Amino acid sequence: MRVNIQLTSSRELSLVILSALILVCALLMSQPSHAKVVHQERSMYRNILVEDTGNLRCLKFNVKSHKTNQSCFLKSEPNRLVFNYTKLLFSGLLVNPNPERILIIGLGGGTMSNTLHQLFPKARIENIEIDPAVIKVARQYFDFFENDIVTSQAKDGRIFIKRAKMKGEAYDWIILDAFNGDYIPEHLMTKEFLEETKDLLTDTGIVTANTFSVSKLYDYESATYQAVFGDFYQVKNKKNENRILLAGKKALPQKAVLEANLAAMHDRLKPFGVNTLQVFDSMTFDKDWQLDSSVLTDQYSPANLLNQ
Amino acid sequence: MTFRGQNLFIYLLAFTSGFSIMGVELLGGRILAPFFGSSVHIWGSIITVFMLSLSIGYLIGGKLSTRNANLFRYGLIFLVAGCLVMPIAYFANPIMEAIFLQIEDSRYGSLLASMALFFFPTIVLGMISPYSVRLLVTSKEESGQIAGILYFVSTLGSALGTIITSFYFVLYFEVNDIITAFSLILVLLGLAAITLGKKQLASQVAKEPAAQSEKKSQSNTSNEVIHES
Repeated sequence: MRVNIQLTSSRELSLVILSALILVCALLMSQPSHAKVVHQERSMYRNILVEDTGNLRCLKFNVKSHKTNQSCFLKSEPNRLVFNYTKLLFSGLLVNPNPERILIIGLGGGTMSNTLHQLFPKARIENIEIDPAVIKVARQYFDFFENDIVTSQAKDGRIFIKRAKMKGEAYDWIILDAFNGDYIPEHLMTKEFLEETKDLLTDTGIVTANTFSVSKLYDYESATYQAVFGDFYQVKNKKNENRILLAGKKALPQKAVLEANLAAMHDRLKPFGVNTLQVFDSMTFDKDWQLDSSVLTDQYSPANLLNQ
Repeated sequence: MTFRGQNLFIYLLAFTSGFSIMGVELLGGRILAPFFGSSVHIWGSIITVFMLSLSIGYLIGGKLSTRNANLFRYGLIFLVAGCLVMPIAYFANPIMEAIFLQIEDSRYGSLLASMALFFFPTIVLGMISPYSVRLLVTSKEESGQIAGILYFVSTLGSALGTIITSFYFVLYFEVNDIITAFSLILVLLGLAAITLGKKQLASQVAKEPAAQSEKKSQSNTSNEVIHES
């Protein structure tokens, strides 16, 4: 009898476990179909898609590819940065902790601009985005915030930078985020462009570029940054395809020097979901590219062909 | 009048001009990007200027072909076209910089820059098609077919010029090197046509007096015949 009861109860138990497993599996598998398309449009430059998956809202370009999430935020916690690479961009603050003028090339959902405005309410933040439709979508679906000192313009990044220099502007932090896994604007990869960008920096100014280069382009891109800025930090996680290149108008300090800012920055960035220690650990001066690679120039920049 | 393989030579030249036109047009996007960006309107400017200058070139080329069309003059068109393509490589930056400083709106800036860089060379390249038709056609019946073959050859050249430039040339060469190569090829082909054309003219001149004296003697004999009767 006792044996029997035990048997049935253990059978029941395994049944319960099994059905629970099935339920979990079903939930996991059905997750993609939970993604709800909130907005879809074909702009002059790309397909734009806004998708909700539960609490997570994402901006996507060119739907079919797997690396299409351009910008995401949690609707319940819009301050919290979702993407790893956006977190890695904050490595810039370890070098230059109090930027007063910030230029962002490539808006996405505007999450970077929003976060920086909260961190530095007095900083002037200018967002440059080539596609007016992206700016509209950022405003409408991603709470992209603008006021007197946080602005956006629909312009080509290269032209903006050229004109800004002519007007005598200067920035403490320039964020280049006009790249994604699918297409690279080739005129924003060249030595001439990076020189124009460097010219636009204040003496303590820095550049952080979020790029997705692989194969040969990785070597060419690295060689080009090295030629313009000298030694620069790479900030990357092993699991990601992209990397952040962190360079400065002047030579950047060694990591040992940056450690001093670590504790203070850790507390400031924590509310945004940024683990400063992790970011710091991801920074490296290592030159892991083909050192004799040629440099990309306005004359030679087949970036998209090299990135295969 | 014509040497063996002359038609083939003309088709080869028409093919090369089609190839260079589209090769240059495609590189136009690359040349303008540092000053005017890579927005859609850049291509609007470039294509507008190319279509406009080709249309003008067709008109002028057709008109020119009505007066004493020959291989020598045909070669001159290539020579001039090649010489006009060269400055795109060497003076593009100062020209674009001047325009960039004057015009804030990148639509009109890129339109003006395209005009400055591509308008004249493309007009001259456009003159080649109608002039080729004139040199190839010998009778009214075949004129349509010959025009058809010529469009086929030169447009095929354009297609290949587009794909080879964008897929391969930009991967192996600098923009200016490719432009210079187009320019040199046009100049060399022009010189070849000029040389052949000169020979042709010389042999024509040599034949003409003989032909005239023949005619004279013929008329003399007929006169005599009239006299006799």
